[in-house]
Amino acid sequence: MLPSLPRTAGIGFKPAHYTDLVGSPGAVTWLEVHAENYMVDGGPQLAMLDDLADRFPISLHGVGLSIGGPGPLDAVHLGRLRRLVDRINPASFSEHLAWSSHSGAYYNDLLPLPYTEMTLNAVCGHIDEVQDRLGQRMLLENPSSYLRFAESTLDETEFLAEVVARTGCGLLLDVNNVFISAVNLGFTPQDYIGTFPLSEIGEIHLGGHEADQDEDGATLLIDTHGAPVADPVWALFENVVARTGPLPTLIEWDNEVPDFATLEAEAARATNILTRQAAA
Amino acid sequence: MSVFRDFAAALRAPDARRPQGALNPGGKPSVARYDVYRNNVATSLIEALATGFPVVRQLVGEEFFSAMAREFVLLHPPKDPVIVLWGAGFPDWLETFAPIKAVPYVPGIARLEYLRRQAFHAADVEPLEPAMLAGVAPDALAAQRLLPHPSARWMADPMPILSIWQRHQEDADDIDPPAGEILVGRPKMTVAQMAAPEGTCATLDALAGGAPLGRALPPDADHPAIFATLFAAGALLPPDHV
Repeated sequence: MLPSLPRTAGIGFKPAHYTDLVGSPGAVTWLEVHAENYMVDGGPQLAMLDDLADRFPISLHGVGLSIGGPGPLDAVHLGRLRRLVDRINPASFSEHLAWSSHSGAYYNDLLPLPYTEMTLNAVCGHIDEVQDRLGQRMLLENPSSYLRFAESTLDETEFLAEVVARTGCGLLLDVNNVFISAVNLGFTPQDYIGTFPLSEIGEIHLGGHEADQDEDGATLLIDTHGAPVADPVWALFENVVARTGPLPTLIEWDNEVPDFATLEAEAARATNILTRQAAA
Repeated sequence: MSVFRDFAAALRAPDARRPQGALNPGGKPSVARYDVYRNNVATSLIEALATGFPVVRQLVGEEFFSAMAREFVLLHPPKDPVIVLWGAGFPDWLETFAPIKAVPYVPGIARLEYLRRQAFHAADVEPLEPAMLAGVAPDALAAQRLLPHPSARWMADPMPILSIWQRHQEDADDIDPPAGEILVGRPKMTVAQMAAPEGTCATLDALAGGAPLGRALPPDADHPAIFATLFAAGALLPPDHV
Protein backbone atom coordinates (compact mmCIF):
# COMPACT_ATOMS: atom_id res chain seq x y z
CA MET A 1 0.00 0.00 0.00
CA LEU A 2 1.31 3.43 -0.96
CA PRO A 3 0.77 6.17 1.62
CA SER A 4 -2.55 7.88 1.32
CA LEU A 5 -1.85 11.42 0.18
CA PRO A 6 -4.50 12.53 -2.30
CA ARG A 7 -3.45 12.33 -5.96
CA THR A 8 -3.84 16.08 -6.30
CA ALA A 9 -1.76 19.18 -5.61
CA GLY A 10 -0.23 20.25 -2.29
CA ILE A 11 2.22 22.94 -1.16
CA GLY A 12 5.02 23.23 1.35
CA PHE A 13 3.45 24.93 4.38
CA LYS A 14 4.64 28.40 5.41
CA PRO A 15 3.09 30.02 8.51
CA ALA A 16 2.49 33.25 6.53
CA HIS A 17 -0.08 31.37 4.42
CA TYR A 18 -2.07 29.96 7.33
CA THR A 19 -5.05 32.33 7.05
CA ASP A 20 -5.37 31.84 3.28
CA LEU A 21 -5.13 28.07 3.63
CA VAL A 22 -7.84 27.93 6.25
CA GLY A 23 -10.06 30.42 4.38
CA SER A 24 -9.79 29.51 0.70
CA PRO A 25 -7.18 26.88 -0.13
CA GLY A 26 -8.24 26.68 -3.81
CA ALA A 27 -6.19 24.02 -5.60
CA VAL A 28 -4.22 23.20 -2.45
CA THR A 29 -5.54 19.90 -1.06
CA TRP A 30 -2.69 18.80 1.23
CA LEU A 31 0.40 20.20 2.94
CA GLU A 32 3.99 19.17 3.43
CA VAL A 33 6.01 20.20 6.49
CA HIS A 34 9.65 19.67 7.41
CA ALA A 35 9.71 17.31 10.37
CA GLU A 36 12.68 18.97 12.09
CA ASN A 37 10.86 22.31 12.40
CA TYR A 38 8.34 20.66 14.72
CA MET A 39 10.65 18.57 16.90
CA VAL A 40 10.03 20.82 19.89
CA ASP A 41 8.22 20.27 23.19
CA GLY A 42 5.26 22.58 22.57
CA GLY A 43 4.31 26.16 21.79
CA PRO A 44 2.35 27.98 19.08
CA GLN A 45 4.18 26.42 16.11
CA LEU A 46 3.37 22.88 17.17
CA ALA A 47 -0.20 23.95 18.02
CA MET A 48 -0.56 25.30 14.47
CA LEU A 49 0.61 21.97 13.06
CA ASP A 50 -1.97 20.14 15.20
CA ASP A 51 -4.63 22.43 13.76
CA LEU A 52 -3.44 21.95 10.16
CA ALA A 53 -3.37 18.18 10.63
CA ASP A 54 -7.08 18.37 11.53
CA ARG A 55 -7.81 20.22 8.28
CA PHE A 56 -5.45 18.73 5.66
CA PRO A 57 -3.64 15.47 4.90
CA ILE A 58 -0.03 16.07 5.96
CA SER A 59 3.13 14.87 4.26
CA LEU A 60 5.90 14.79 6.85
CA HIS A 61 9.20 15.43 5.10
CA GLY A 62 12.45 14.85 6.97
CA VAL A 63 15.66 16.71 6.17
CA GLY A 64 17.95 15.59 8.98
CA LEU A 65 18.07 11.79 9.27
CA SER A 66 21.22 11.50 7.13
CA ILE A 67 20.00 8.26 5.54
CA GLY A 68 22.79 8.38 2.95
CA GLY A 69 25.60 8.62 5.48
CA PRO A 70 27.89 5.79 6.54
CA GLY A 71 27.31 6.12 10.29
CA PRO A 72 24.43 4.76 12.37
CA LEU A 73 21.19 6.79 12.43
CA ASP A 74 20.76 9.13 15.40
CA ALA A 75 18.50 7.16 17.76
CA VAL A 76 17.39 10.29 19.61
CA HIS A 77 16.37 11.88 16.34
CA LEU A 78 14.45 8.76 15.28
CA GLY A 79 12.67 8.81 18.63
CA ARG A 80 11.62 12.43 18.11
CA LEU A 81 10.41 11.54 14.62
CA ARG A 82 8.32 8.69 15.97
CA ARG A 83 6.72 11.00 18.55
CA LEU A 84 5.85 13.52 15.83
CA VAL A 85 4.38 10.78 13.62
CA ASP A 86 2.28 9.56 16.55
CA ARG A 87 1.15 13.11 17.25
CA ILE A 88 -0.01 14.22 13.79
CA ASN A 89 -0.59 10.87 12.03
CA PRO A 90 0.78 12.03 8.65
CA ALA A 91 -0.43 10.52 5.37
CA SER A 92 3.20 10.04 4.34
CA PHE A 93 6.75 10.24 5.63
CA SER A 94 9.60 10.93 3.23
CA GLU A 95 13.34 11.56 3.44
CA HIS A 96 16.26 12.11 1.09
CA LEU A 97 18.92 10.02 -0.60
CA ALA A 98 21.56 12.25 0.98
CA TRP A 99 23.56 12.75 4.16
CA SER A 100 23.80 15.77 6.44
CA SER A 101 25.66 14.65 9.58
CA HIS A 102 29.21 13.39 9.98
CA SER A 103 31.36 12.82 13.07
CA GLY A 104 28.97 14.69 15.33
CA ALA A 105 28.48 17.79 13.15
CA TYR A 106 25.20 18.59 11.38
CA TYR A 107 25.69 20.42 8.05
CA ASN A 108 22.10 21.54 7.37
CA ASP A 109 22.34 20.62 3.69
CA LEU A 110 21.54 17.55 1.62
CA LEU A 111 24.99 16.25 0.73
CA PRO A 112 25.68 13.76 -2.07
CA LEU A 113 26.93 10.19 -1.80
CA PRO A 114 28.74 7.90 -4.23
CA TYR A 115 26.62 5.02 -5.50
CA THR A 116 28.43 1.79 -4.58
CA GLU A 117 27.60 -1.61 -3.06
CA MET A 118 28.84 -0.26 0.27
CA THR A 119 26.64 2.84 0.30
CA LEU A 120 23.71 0.77 -0.99
CA ASN A 121 24.04 -1.55 2.02
CA ALA A 122 24.21 1.42 4.41
CA VAL A 123 21.17 3.17 2.88
CA CYS A 124 19.09 -0.04 2.91
CA GLY A 125 20.02 -0.70 6.54
CA HIS A 126 18.98 2.84 7.48
CA ILE A 127 15.67 2.62 5.62
CA ASP A 128 14.88 -0.72 7.28
CA GLU A 129 15.54 0.91 10.62
CA VAL A 130 13.32 3.94 9.87
CA GLN A 131 10.44 1.79 8.59
CA ASP A 132 10.72 -0.50 11.64
CA ARG A 133 10.80 2.45 14.04
CA LEU A 134 7.87 4.26 12.40
CA GLY A 135 5.89 1.12 11.63
CA GLN A 136 5.14 2.40 8.12
CA ARG A 137 6.53 2.54 4.62
CA MET A 138 8.62 5.60 3.85
CA LEU A 139 9.36 7.38 0.58
CA LEU A 140 12.94 8.12 -0.52
CA GLU A 141 13.61 11.24 -2.64
CA ASN A 142 16.09 11.46 -5.52
CA PRO A 143 18.64 14.27 -4.99
CA SER A 144 19.67 17.25 -7.12
CA SER A 145 23.33 16.74 -8.09
CA TYR A 146 26.08 19.22 -8.87
CA LEU A 147 28.85 16.65 -9.24
CA ARG A 148 29.43 12.97 -9.68
CA PHE A 149 31.81 10.80 -7.66
CA ALA A 150 34.80 8.99 -9.09
CA GLU A 151 33.92 6.23 -6.61
CA SER A 152 30.42 5.52 -8.02
CA THR A 153 29.82 2.15 -9.65
CA LEU A 154 26.01 2.31 -10.01
CA ASP A 155 23.64 4.73 -11.77
CA GLU A 156 21.29 6.64 -9.51
CA THR A 157 18.19 4.89 -10.89
CA GLU A 158 19.84 1.46 -10.51
CA PHE A 159 20.69 2.39 -6.93
CA LEU A 160 17.12 3.54 -6.19
CA ALA A 161 15.56 0.46 -7.80
CA GLU A 162 17.76 -1.77 -5.67
CA VAL A 163 16.85 0.15 -2.50
CA VAL A 164 13.16 -0.33 -3.32
CA ALA A 165 13.65 -4.03 -4.03
CA ARG A 166 15.53 -4.65 -0.78
CA THR A 167 13.58 -2.46 1.66
CA GLY A 168 10.09 -2.19 0.19
CA CYS A 169 10.19 1.60 0.54
CA GLY A 170 8.46 3.88 -1.96
CA LEU A 171 9.97 6.76 -3.88
CA LEU A 172 9.45 10.48 -3.99
CA LEU A 173 10.28 11.64 -7.51
CA ASP A 174 11.53 15.22 -7.52
CA VAL A 175 11.11 16.16 -11.19
CA ASN A 176 13.00 19.42 -10.73
CA ASN A 177 15.92 17.46 -9.26
CA VAL A 178 15.94 15.13 -12.27
CA PHE A 179 16.11 18.11 -14.62
CA ILE A 180 18.84 19.83 -12.55
CA SER A 181 20.97 16.69 -12.33
CA ALA A 182 20.50 15.99 -16.05
CA VAL A 183 21.78 19.44 -17.01
CA ASN A 184 24.57 19.40 -14.43
CA LEU A 185 25.79 15.88 -15.13
CA GLY A 186 25.06 15.72 -18.86
CA PHE A 187 22.37 13.07 -19.21
CA THR A 188 18.89 13.14 -20.76
CA PRO A 189 16.04 13.51 -18.25
CA GLN A 190 13.86 11.15 -20.35
CA ASP A 191 16.50 8.42 -19.98
CA TYR A 192 16.43 8.86 -16.21
CA ILE A 193 12.62 8.68 -16.14
CA GLY A 194 12.79 5.66 -18.45
CA THR A 195 14.83 3.69 -15.91
CA PHE A 196 13.18 5.07 -12.75
CA PRO A 197 10.86 2.63 -10.89
CA LEU A 198 7.74 4.67 -11.75
CA SER A 199 5.30 2.22 -10.15
CA GLU A 200 6.85 2.89 -6.72
CA ILE A 201 6.29 6.67 -6.74
CA GLY A 202 4.21 7.85 -3.79
CA GLU A 203 4.72 11.57 -4.31
CA ILE A 204 6.12 14.08 -6.80
CA HIS A 205 7.99 17.29 -6.02
CA LEU A 206 8.08 20.31 -8.33
CA GLY A 207 10.24 23.32 -7.48
CA GLY A 208 12.23 26.17 -8.96
CA HIS A 209 15.92 26.43 -9.79
CA GLU A 210 18.40 29.07 -10.91
CA ALA A 211 21.24 28.96 -13.41
CA ASP A 212 24.91 29.47 -12.58
CA GLN A 213 28.18 28.30 -14.14
CA ASP A 214 31.10 26.14 -13.05
CA GLU A 215 34.77 27.14 -13.46
CA ASP A 216 34.77 25.94 -17.07
CA GLY A 217 31.72 27.99 -18.02
CA ALA A 218 29.41 24.97 -18.08
CA THR A 219 25.84 25.63 -16.95
CA LEU A 220 25.24 24.61 -13.36
CA LEU A 221 21.60 24.64 -12.25
CA ILE A 222 21.14 25.33 -8.54
CA ASP A 223 18.18 23.85 -6.65
CA THR A 224 17.02 27.01 -4.87
CA HIS A 225 13.30 26.35 -4.26
CA GLY A 226 13.07 30.11 -4.70
CA ALA A 227 11.41 30.53 -8.10
CA PRO A 228 8.43 29.30 -10.16
CA VAL A 229 8.63 25.79 -11.63
CA ALA A 230 10.49 26.06 -14.97
CA ASP A 231 8.72 25.19 -18.24
CA PRO A 232 10.92 22.15 -19.08
CA VAL A 233 10.20 20.80 -15.59
CA TRP A 234 6.45 21.16 -16.20
CA ALA A 235 6.90 19.30 -19.50
CA LEU A 236 8.85 16.51 -17.82
CA PHE A 237 6.20 16.30 -15.10
CA GLU A 238 3.46 15.88 -17.71
CA ASN A 239 5.58 13.21 -19.37
CA VAL A 240 5.84 11.30 -16.07
CA VAL A 241 2.16 11.62 -15.20
CA ALA A 242 1.24 10.41 -18.70
CA ARG A 243 2.89 7.12 -17.75
CA THR A 244 1.90 6.84 -14.08
CA GLY A 245 -1.50 8.50 -13.90
CA PRO A 246 -2.21 11.21 -11.30
CA LEU A 247 0.07 11.29 -8.23
CA PRO A 248 0.25 13.48 -5.11
CA THR A 249 2.17 16.51 -6.42
CA LEU A 250 3.88 19.13 -4.27
CA ILE A 251 4.87 22.68 -5.17
CA GLU A 252 8.06 23.42 -3.17
CA TRP A 253 8.92 27.08 -2.64
CA ASP A 254 11.08 27.56 0.46
CA ASN A 255 13.10 30.73 -0.26
CA GLU A 256 11.86 34.16 -1.37
CA VAL A 257 8.43 32.74 -0.47
CA PRO A 258 5.71 34.40 -2.58
CA ASP A 259 2.17 35.32 -1.57
CA PHE A 260 -0.40 32.55 -1.33
CA ALA A 261 -2.07 33.45 -4.66
CA THR A 262 1.20 32.81 -6.54
CA LEU A 263 1.68 29.44 -4.88
CA GLU A 264 -1.96 28.50 -5.40
CA ALA A 265 -1.60 29.32 -9.14
CA GLU A 266 1.35 26.88 -9.34
CA ALA A 267 -0.76 24.26 -7.55
CA ALA A 268 -3.62 24.91 -10.00
CA ARG A 269 -1.25 24.44 -12.93
CA ALA A 270 -0.18 21.07 -11.50
CA THR A 271 -3.85 20.18 -10.97
CA ASN A 272 -4.63 20.93 -14.63
CA ILE A 273 -1.91 18.56 -15.78
CA LEU A 274 -3.00 15.83 -13.34
CA THR A 275 -6.62 16.20 -14.50
CA ARG A 276 -5.67 16.22 -18.19
CA GLN A 277 -3.60 13.07 -17.83
CA ALA A 278 -6.29 11.34 -15.77
CA ALA A 279 -8.72 11.93 -18.65
CA ALA A 280 -6.24 10.90 -21.35
CA MET B 1 34.34 5.79 4.69
CA SER B 2 37.03 8.15 3.53
CA VAL B 3 34.90 9.71 0.79
CA PHE B 4 32.48 11.07 3.41
CA ARG B 5 35.29 12.11 5.74
CA ASP B 6 37.07 14.04 2.98
CA PHE B 7 33.85 15.62 1.75
CA ALA B 8 32.91 16.75 5.28
CA ALA B 9 36.40 18.01 6.18
CA ALA B 10 36.49 20.56 3.36
CA LEU B 11 33.00 21.88 4.21
CA ARG B 12 34.29 23.56 7.33
CA ALA B 13 37.95 24.41 6.67
CA PRO B 14 38.14 27.47 4.39
CA ASP B 15 41.47 26.47 2.85
CA ALA B 16 41.08 22.71 2.82
CA ARG B 17 41.75 20.77 -0.35
CA ARG B 18 38.50 19.83 -2.10
CA PRO B 19 37.80 16.09 -2.50
CA GLN B 20 39.51 14.77 -5.61
CA GLY B 21 36.64 12.40 -6.36
CA ALA B 22 34.14 15.27 -6.88
CA LEU B 23 33.96 15.41 -10.65
CA ASN B 24 32.34 17.32 -13.48
CA PRO B 25 30.60 15.28 -16.23
CA GLY B 26 33.89 15.05 -18.13
CA GLY B 27 35.59 13.34 -15.17
CA LYS B 28 37.66 16.31 -14.04
CA PRO B 29 37.74 17.35 -10.34
CA SER B 30 35.66 20.53 -9.96
CA VAL B 31 36.07 22.99 -7.10
CA ALA B 32 33.11 25.09 -8.27
CA ARG B 33 30.76 22.12 -8.13
CA TYR B 34 31.93 21.01 -4.71
CA ASP B 35 31.65 24.58 -3.51
CA VAL B 36 27.90 24.67 -4.23
CA TYR B 37 27.49 22.35 -1.22
CA ARG B 38 30.05 24.27 0.81
CA ASN B 39 28.25 27.55 0.20
CA ASN B 40 24.87 25.97 0.94
CA VAL B 41 26.14 24.77 4.32
CA ALA B 42 27.54 28.17 5.32
CA THR B 43 24.65 30.20 3.90
CA SER B 44 21.89 28.07 5.39
CA LEU B 45 23.47 28.14 8.84
CA ILE B 46 24.13 31.89 8.68
CA GLU B 47 20.48 32.34 7.71
CA ALA B 48 19.42 30.16 10.62
CA LEU B 49 21.34 32.45 13.00
CA ALA B 50 19.88 35.55 11.32
CA THR B 51 16.38 34.14 11.82
CA GLY B 52 17.11 33.29 15.44
CA PHE B 53 18.85 36.55 16.36
CA PRO B 54 17.04 39.30 14.40
CA VAL B 55 17.78 42.15 16.83
CA VAL B 56 21.50 41.28 16.98
CA ARG B 57 21.43 41.46 13.19
CA GLN B 58 19.76 44.88 13.26
CA LEU B 59 22.28 46.15 15.80
CA VAL B 60 25.43 45.16 13.91
CA GLY B 61 24.08 45.40 10.36
CA GLU B 62 23.45 42.66 7.84
CA GLU B 63 26.94 42.52 6.36
CA PHE B 64 28.75 42.46 9.69
CA PHE B 65 26.30 39.89 11.03
CA SER B 66 26.96 37.53 8.10
CA ALA B 67 30.74 37.76 8.54
CA MET B 68 30.43 37.23 12.30
CA ALA B 69 27.97 34.34 11.90
CA ARG B 70 30.28 32.70 9.34
CA GLU B 71 33.07 32.58 11.93
CA PHE B 72 30.73 31.07 14.50
CA VAL B 73 29.40 28.50 12.02
CA LEU B 74 32.91 27.31 11.12
CA LEU B 75 33.97 27.02 14.76
CA HIS B 76 30.73 25.70 16.26
CA PRO B 77 28.57 23.91 13.69
CA PRO B 78 25.34 22.44 15.02
CA LYS B 79 25.43 18.92 16.41
CA ASP B 80 21.72 18.35 16.05
CA PRO B 81 19.33 18.58 13.06
CA VAL B 82 16.73 20.52 15.07
CA ILE B 83 17.95 23.88 13.80
CA VAL B 84 15.01 25.78 15.30
CA LEU B 85 16.72 25.30 18.67
CA TRP B 86 20.31 25.82 17.49
CA GLY B 87 22.36 28.77 18.71
CA ALA B 88 22.53 28.26 22.49
CA GLY B 89 26.29 28.85 22.36
CA PHE B 90 26.11 32.02 20.25
CA PRO B 91 25.65 34.55 23.11
CA ASP B 92 28.67 33.22 25.05
CA TRP B 93 30.77 33.13 21.89
CA LEU B 94 29.85 36.76 21.21
CA GLU B 95 31.36 37.65 24.63
CA THR B 96 34.70 36.44 23.26
CA PHE B 97 34.37 38.02 19.80
CA ALA B 98 36.75 41.02 19.89
CA PRO B 99 35.29 43.02 16.94
CA ILE B 100 32.04 43.70 18.84
CA LYS B 101 33.64 44.82 22.10
CA ALA B 102 32.61 48.36 21.13
CA VAL B 103 28.94 47.30 21.28
CA PRO B 104 28.94 45.65 24.71
CA TYR B 105 25.19 44.99 24.86
CA VAL B 106 25.17 42.64 21.85
CA PRO B 107 25.82 39.41 23.82
CA GLY B 108 23.02 40.31 26.27
CA ILE B 109 20.59 40.93 23.40
CA ALA B 110 21.60 37.59 21.87
CA ARG B 111 20.96 35.88 25.22
CA LEU B 112 17.49 37.42 25.48
CA GLU B 113 16.67 36.40 21.90
CA TYR B 114 17.72 32.82 22.57
CA LEU B 115 15.73 32.66 25.84
CA ARG B 116 12.66 33.94 23.97
CA ARG B 117 13.11 31.21 21.35
CA GLN B 118 13.39 28.53 24.06
CA ALA B 119 10.26 29.88 25.73
CA PHE B 120 8.41 29.85 22.38
CA HIS B 121 9.09 26.14 21.81
CA ALA B 122 8.72 24.96 25.43
CA ALA B 123 6.17 22.37 26.58
CA ASP B 124 2.51 23.33 27.01
CA VAL B 125 1.60 23.11 30.71
CA GLU B 126 -0.86 25.16 32.75
CA PRO B 127 1.13 27.51 34.99
CA LEU B 128 0.56 28.11 38.69
CA GLU B 129 -2.26 30.60 39.33
CA PRO B 130 -2.37 32.74 42.50
CA ALA B 131 -5.68 31.13 43.48
CA MET B 132 -3.96 27.75 43.76
CA LEU B 133 -2.03 29.04 46.77
CA ALA B 134 -5.01 30.76 48.44
CA GLY B 135 -5.60 29.52 51.95
CA VAL B 136 -2.17 27.94 52.32
CA ALA B 137 -0.82 28.82 55.75
CA PRO B 138 2.41 30.90 55.82
CA ASP B 139 4.42 28.03 57.37
CA ALA B 140 3.19 25.61 54.73
CA LEU B 141 3.96 28.14 52.02
CA ALA B 142 7.54 28.54 53.23
CA ALA B 143 7.97 24.76 53.07
CA GLN B 144 6.35 24.51 49.63
CA ARG B 145 8.53 23.41 46.71
CA LEU B 146 7.58 24.82 43.28
CA LEU B 147 9.33 24.29 39.97
CA PRO B 148 9.83 26.85 37.20
CA HIS B 149 7.46 26.46 34.24
CA PRO B 150 9.18 24.88 31.18
CA SER B 151 8.82 28.20 29.32
CA ALA B 152 10.34 30.30 32.13
CA ARG B 153 13.79 31.73 31.40
CA TRP B 154 15.68 34.35 33.36
CA MET B 155 18.82 36.42 33.03
CA ALA B 156 20.56 39.42 34.54
CA ASP B 157 22.70 41.91 32.67
CA PRO B 158 24.46 45.15 33.63
CA MET B 159 23.18 46.77 30.39
CA PRO B 160 19.55 47.88 29.76
CA ILE B 161 18.95 44.88 27.49
CA LEU B 162 15.17 44.92 27.68
CA SER B 163 15.00 48.56 26.75
CA ILE B 164 17.35 48.12 23.76
CA TRP B 165 15.42 45.03 22.62
CA GLN B 166 12.07 46.85 22.82
CA ARG B 167 13.30 49.77 20.74
CA HIS B 168 14.02 47.31 17.93
CA GLN B 169 10.46 45.97 17.78
CA GLU B 170 7.86 47.19 15.28
CA ASP B 171 5.42 48.03 18.05
CA ALA B 172 8.05 49.72 20.21
CA ASP B 173 6.59 51.38 23.31
CA ASP B 174 7.97 54.23 25.37
CA ILE B 175 8.78 52.23 28.48
CA ASP B 176 12.49 52.19 29.21
CA PRO B 177 13.14 49.36 31.65
CA PRO B 178 16.45 49.77 33.48
CA ALA B 179 19.34 47.31 33.50
CA GLY B 180 18.95 44.32 35.80
CA GLU B 181 17.01 41.09 35.96
CA ILE B 182 14.77 39.90 33.14
CA LEU B 183 12.10 37.21 33.20
CA VAL B 184 10.83 35.52 30.03
CA GLY B 185 7.72 33.36 29.91
CA ARG B 186 4.94 32.28 27.58
CA PRO B 187 1.61 33.06 29.25
CA LYS B 188 -1.32 32.21 26.91
CA MET B 189 0.95 31.01 24.07
CA THR B 190 2.61 34.42 23.54
CA VAL B 191 6.21 34.96 24.63
CA ALA B 192 6.55 37.87 27.05
CA GLN B 193 9.60 39.37 28.69
CA MET B 194 9.58 41.74 31.61
CA ALA B 195 11.86 43.58 33.98
CA ALA B 196 12.00 41.56 37.19
CA PRO B 197 12.66 42.76 40.74
CA GLU B 198 16.05 42.02 42.23
CA GLY B 199 16.11 38.51 43.64
CA THR B 200 13.84 36.96 40.97
CA CYS B 201 16.69 35.12 39.26
CA ALA B 202 18.06 33.84 42.59
CA THR B 203 14.57 32.65 43.54
CA LEU B 204 14.11 30.74 40.28
CA ASP B 205 17.64 29.26 40.46
CA ALA B 206 16.91 27.99 43.96
CA LEU B 207 13.44 26.65 43.08
CA ALA B 208 14.86 24.86 40.03
CA GLY B 209 17.41 23.30 42.40
CA GLY B 210 14.61 21.98 44.60
CA ALA B 211 14.70 24.52 47.46
CA PRO B 212 11.43 25.28 49.30
CA LEU B 213 10.00 28.79 48.87
CA GLY B 214 11.14 29.91 52.31
CA ARG B 215 14.76 29.30 51.38
CA ALA B 216 14.47 30.23 47.68
CA LEU B 217 13.34 33.82 48.29
CA PRO B 218 16.30 36.06 49.25
CA PRO B 219 15.51 37.50 52.73
CA ASP B 220 16.05 41.14 51.80
CA ALA B 221 14.11 41.02 48.50
CA ASP B 222 10.63 42.42 47.78
CA HIS B 223 8.73 39.12 47.95
CA PRO B 224 5.29 40.39 46.83
CA ALA B 225 6.91 42.10 43.80
CA ILE B 226 8.78 38.90 42.89
CA PHE B 227 5.56 36.85 43.13
CA ALA B 228 3.62 39.36 41.04
CA THR B 229 6.27 39.11 38.29
CA LEU B 230 6.44 35.30 38.43
CA PHE B 231 2.65 35.09 38.11
CA ALA B 232 2.55 37.65 35.28
CA ALA B 233 5.02 35.54 33.28
CA GLY B 234 3.36 32.24 34.17
CA ALA B 235 6.82 31.26 35.40
CA LEU B 236 5.89 28.59 37.96
CA LEU B 237 4.30 25.17 37.81
CA PRO B 238 1.48 24.11 40.14
CA PRO B 239 2.67 22.20 43.26
CA ASP B 240 1.59 18.79 41.87
CA HIS B 241 4.47 18.92 39.35
CA VAL B 242 7.09 18.69 42.12
